[in-house]
Amino acid sequence: MSSDMSNSSHKPDDGSEPKNGPPSNQPKFWNDPKKRSLLFQVILLAALGFVFYTIIDNTLTNLEQRGITTGFDFLTREAGFGIAMSLIDYTEASSYGMTFIVGLLNTILIAVMGIIAATILGFILGVARLSDNWLIAKFSALYIEVFRNIPLLLQIFFWYYAVLRTLPHPRQSIEFFGSFINNRGFIFPAPVPEDGFGVVLFGLLAAIIVSWLIARWANKRQELTGQQFPVYLTALGLIVGVPLLLFLLSGMPLGLDHPELKGFNFKGGITVIPELIALWLALSIYTAAFIAETVRAGILAVSHGQTEAATALGMSKAKTLRFIVIPQALRVVIPPLTSQYLNLTKNSSLATAIGYPDLVNVFAGTTLNQTGQAIEVIAMTMAVYLTLSLLTSLFMNWYNARIQLSER
Amino acid sequence: MKKTLTSAAVLMVAMTGTAMAGTLETVKERGAVQCGVTSGVPGFSVPDDKGNWKGLDVDMCRAVAAAVLGDATKVKFIPLNAKERFTALVSGEIDLLSRVTTWTQTRDTQLGINFAGVNYYDGQGFLVKKELGLKSVKELDGATVCVQSGTTTELNMADYFRTHSISYTPVVFDTNDQAAQAFDSGRCDSFTTDLSQAAGLRTRMQDPSSVGALPEVISKEPLGPVVRQGDDTWFNIVKWSHNAMLNAEELRLTSANVDKMKAESTDPNVKRLLGLDGPKGQGLDLADDWAYQIVKQVGNYGEAYERNVGKDSPLGLDRGLNALWNQGGLQYAPPMR
Repeated sequence: MSSDMSNSSHKPDDGSEPKNGPPSNQPKFWNDPKKRSLLFQVILLAALGFVFYTIIDNTLTNLEQRGITTGFDFLTREAGFGIAMSLIDYTEASSYGMTFIVGLLNTILIAVMGIIAATILGFILGVARLSDNWLIAKFSALYIEVFRNIPLLLQIFFWYYAVLRTLPHPRQSIEFFGSFINNRGFIFPAPVPEDGFGVVLFGLLAAIIVSWLIARWANKRQELTGQQFPVYLTALGLIVGVPLLLFLLSGMPLGLDHPELKGFNFKGGITVIPELIALWLALSIYTAAFIAETVRAGILAVSHGQTEAATALGMSKAKTLRFIVIPQALRVVIPPLTSQYLNLTKNSSLATAIGYPDLVNVFAGTTLNQTGQAIEVIAMTMAVYLTLSLLTSLFMNWYNARIQLSER
Repeated sequence: MKKTLTSAAVLMVAMTGTAMAGTLETVKERGAVQCGVTSGVPGFSVPDDKGNWKGLDVDMCRAVAAAVLGDATKVKFIPLNAKERFTALVSGEIDLLSRVTTWTQTRDTQLGINFAGVNYYDGQGFLVKKELGLKSVKELDGATVCVQSGTTTELNMADYFRTHSISYTPVVFDTNDQAAQAFDSGRCDSFTTDLSQAAGLRTRMQDPSSVGALPEVISKEPLGPVVRQGDDTWFNIVKWSHNAMLNAEELRLTSANVDKMKAESTDPNVKRLLGLDGPKGQGLDLADDWAYQIVKQVGNYGEAYERNVGKDSPLGLDRGLNALWNQGGLQYAPPMR
């Protein structure tokens, strides 16, 4: 069958032609709006391609003329400079390519930390602003108006210079529970897993899976019979209880690497540098103010009739908020929330002002300057922010679509 | 943010591909030299309380303006941080970079720039608080060190600590000023930079007497004016402006006696330098009295040195390596003939 068809299409002169009908009935292709628009799009695409080709070609020619080295060979060369904070193994002997990864990870770290903190704080403030309690509502309003109206850079400077710089020297550190706070950062004991700690992790994983299964079962049962099951309490008990029990039974297989003052600084433990703390505080507090407004708008967008109906059914205030208001508000909140997440990620590049080693500071800063390859470095950096932003919005769009579908 | 802008500017320039006119013509047309300097390093380039820029690097800019335009005041100073400087030069934002910039092979050969001489022979050192009682850089194991990003300093420190197996944490700032402040407020145990800059920045600390330099000088830092590659006329002008200042000192020509010498001196070297004889301004496309204008308006190298970083300044640095060759230093200019 298929061979027949291909035969006929390969040999148009085998008598199948008359089936196409008289060609005079076909309009000229420039009179056919579909074909015409296709033609225009092809021309536009070609022109665009030509513009890009010219730009790139011009750039390369000009760079060569000016004796500026181009290409990505520098990524494999030894970097030769130190970085204050790295999530992976990095030494001065690592390559420039590694500085890119170190900077990238530091950027992702601050973005994730900021997004989590800003979301929690923002939701609390947004709900608080609508509270019946005059004091709570006004406090929330004051917070929002103050922090979203002061430029972010100033807030970063405030936390870094005015707050964290005034902390004592390492020798006079503030100490609590084996942790220390001083002007070099926040230093706390590092957990060191010993033999058998894997069991605890396994227990945690198992508890999470079981909780998820219980939640599914409870949902189904409620739909069928209307009976409720305390899912949250059970899950909490499982997720905390099981690993804790295993931890105690296996003889607490977790050591602590305590920080100790040796010479100039603390050795051992985990140090969170003040640059990270300042940036995190400033980004979270600033973005939380915007998220709070978004959340407030979302809640107000839910018709008052919904709340009244819930009250008429005898639902408590907390339940009304959880089951009626928030699910509907989320649909309004998610798209602007995505924008705030993107803003936060991009704003994290202000790190360079206080010396937090993020991508812009390390890669588009030191690496760019040591290699002098501005175009390559800036292009890579821009590509990173673009990719991060696209990934964030892809995830948020997926989440948005999901909660839209759950509508009945 | 500014850095991003300059980088964008480079992109734009590189993309549009407009053939740049000669720097000399551009400067003459504009009537001012655009000179890239630091955002404030005492002794090298810093604005005084009236907003006039002062310093050894500033005098380099003024010398070029005097030679080209006959007026040392016709300079527009553009403060740049270390990261912005080369981009600003290559993109044409500035005509001349005179910003305590170390001459290295990578910079000279790969960035599309040329070093036109050395106006200060420097070396890198470490500042520490005296109360710690440190005697050597080798005792800095485990220390946190403040440093400016995008400098040779950052690399030298890494090299030195690595070869001596000293562990350290760098805290990197955009400007040397920020790094010095961070050190002053206790964020770091030590602050490293070129010793001349350290001397200048130290004068601004809360208690300069509590801060001292460790004895080691860990690097060679030949600092000098930089121009774009591919404009030999302009390159020559900057190079010879610097040479004229050195030769003037060698011939004991100062801003005070230059008029008298011009009228009376019979020394053929003096006459050639002042444009009464010899090559004059021809090969440089400048007026014949270009070197006279430099000496008259800016002074010779020794004058500029003493006024800005030497014994007449708060820095009080000795001539050391920067003395003339015939006085035990390295400053040596080719003859003007």
